[in-house]
Amino acid sequence: MNPANYVILSAVLFSLGAVGVLVRRNAIVVFMCVELMLNAANLAFVAFSKINGNLDGQVIAFFVMVVAAAEVVVGLAIIVQIFRTRRSVSIDEPNLLKY
Amino acid sequence: MNPIAVADKALFEIPPLDYSAIAPILILLGVAVVSVLVEAFAPKRARRPIQLVLVFGALIAAFVDVVTLSGLRTITASGSIAIDGPALVMQGAILILAALGAMLMAERLVDPSGDAFAARASALPGSEDEKQFTARGYFQTEVWPLFLFSVAGMLLFVAASDLLLMFVALEVMSLPLYLLVGMARRRRLLSQEASLKYFLLGAFSSAFFLYGSALIYGFAGSVNFGWIADAVSGKTGQNALLLIGVAMILVGLLFKIAAVPFHQWTPDAYQGAPTAVTAFMSTTVKIAAFGALLRVLYVAFGGLRLDWAPMMWIVAILTMVVGSVIAVTQSDIKRMLAYSSVAQAGFIMVGVIATSAAGLSSVLFYLIAYGFTTIGAFAVISIVRDSSGEATHLSKWSGLGKKSPVTATVVALFMLSFAGIPLTSGFIGKFGVFAAAIDSGATWLVIVAVVASVVSAFFYARVIVIMFFSEPNENTASVVVPSAFTTIVIAAGATVTVVLGILPQPLLDLVNNAGLFLR
Repeated sequence: MNPANYVILSAVLFSLGAVGVLVRRNAIVVFMCVELMLNAANLAFVAFSKINGNLDGQVIAFFVMVVAAAEVVVGLAIIVQIFRTRRSVSIDEPNLLKY
Repeated sequence: MNPIAVADKALFEIPPLDYSAIAPILILLGVAVVSVLVEAFAPKRARRPIQLVLVFGALIAAFVDVVTLSGLRTITASGSIAIDGPALVMQGAILILAALGAMLMAERLVDPSGDAFAARASALPGSEDEKQFTARGYFQTEVWPLFLFSVAGMLLFVAASDLLLMFVALEVMSLPLYLLVGMARRRRLLSQEASLKYFLLGAFSSAFFLYGSALIYGFAGSVNFGWIADAVSGKTGQNALLLIGVAMILVGLLFKIAAVPFHQWTPDAYQGAPTAVTAFMSTTVKIAAFGALLRVLYVAFGGLRLDWAPMMWIVAILTMVVGSVIAVTQSDIKRMLAYSSVAQAGFIMVGVIATSAAGLSSVLFYLIAYGFTTIGAFAVISIVRDSSGEATHLSKWSGLGKKSPVTATVVALFMLSFAGIPLTSGFIGKFGVFAAAIDSGATWLVIVAVVASVVSAFFYARVIVIMFFSEPNENTASVVVPSAFTTIVIAAGATVTVVLGILPQPLLDLVNNAGLFLR
């Protein structure tokens, strides 16, 4: 199968993630959409690695997975703290800071 | 092509590392790990003194190391890390400002109930637990390892010469900051909200950076800046992968420098964060992010200048105008300084767009001058207080000039420097970037910038007017006497602001001798 198709798939996944971040209201779902964007980038790296014929992209994917895992730790800590304070993870409710 | 066959070309040989060149980064990372262990094993009472010794020791050692490396111009780790003049200047500046930020974070006298951070970040705001922890005098010393990791990430960010390392450094720098923002002792709901917003938007923008890197990798076959520059100069015609990739990478970096339209996190994070953290991150992150932006634009995509310059023009104009105009309407001084930092980012971008040696050195000068003024200004905000904590609403500053003349004069000095009045560092900085931009033909951009800085002078002057030309009333905040830590920071900020305004030559020589980025 032509590896360029995987690049197109990754672009679709990335766009889905980006739209999800913009339209969803649950902090956990928003965060999952961000993870989807990171994984779309991973797919693109691996596909381009195949197209370019070098292994850089595959190695990069491992680094990105580690970074994404670290981001999950920090992100869930913040979201859980917000949930314990407000009993809700809606990103519309924290609205004390504006203008 | 069979990837296994390609791997035979010894793609996995160990990259040669010049350990002495990256020693400052290694020192900070090593001490950060030790600092985590101290949190795990040291008794509660002993943690703070041990952490302070570790933090300041690490910052001083790293700074001394940067100074001894000052003549070094090298690329190491298979082209991934470039230790060159601009990188060393920015590393030195980041270390000094981080040390000043650490002093503000270590301050314990201004708040009667403890330091700037929640007694236990895990206790619910307003709960019985929180009251008990505060009453028992608990302190959250975990901020110190987070702080060290963040500074190490910044040092790596300005030296990163490949997109993968830049992404990793970006996250090492940002992830601890997301947490630090959410740990304020007072107004914890605001602080947690700021942390959530900063985190979600930050993660969103770094995903853009990463996907842009993937597209550039697809175009160039490597994420190394030297390779990318070669691929860019060898290309013919327009290439969608390349252009979309550059745009997405710029989205990630412009978010970090708080350029419009990627600035929405700035006022919230700056206002909600503990003021010590705001002071730290508003100065050092700005330097680190501009360092990375300069390196990406000048080294990797220097050959694409005609393609990215129009986009940067639009972003710079929007940043200056929107930042200045919205700052005029603010009534909270931390939020006003946040929009001011947006506007200042626009002025610095004018120097970036110049794409010349003069542009690079003037941006370095501006960043350092701006950093000292900003950290001094936030340090003063942390000591102007009333019964509810920091008095950040501007109405509480009315008459401060009569109540506390010295403090008000120092604030006035910082405001004049932000506005770019002669004999302050802000004037030399603005003059440098505007002159560099005119030399490279961006006259119209400079005209917009001058108009925007006139608008910005209005809200800086308003603070001075509020302090000196109105009478103190019962709402006027009072100035708390801080410990030596905060006093040193304010004194350093004010001294550098004046000295760089009157005798800028030593720093100008330093940034001019820094030379260009290595490839």
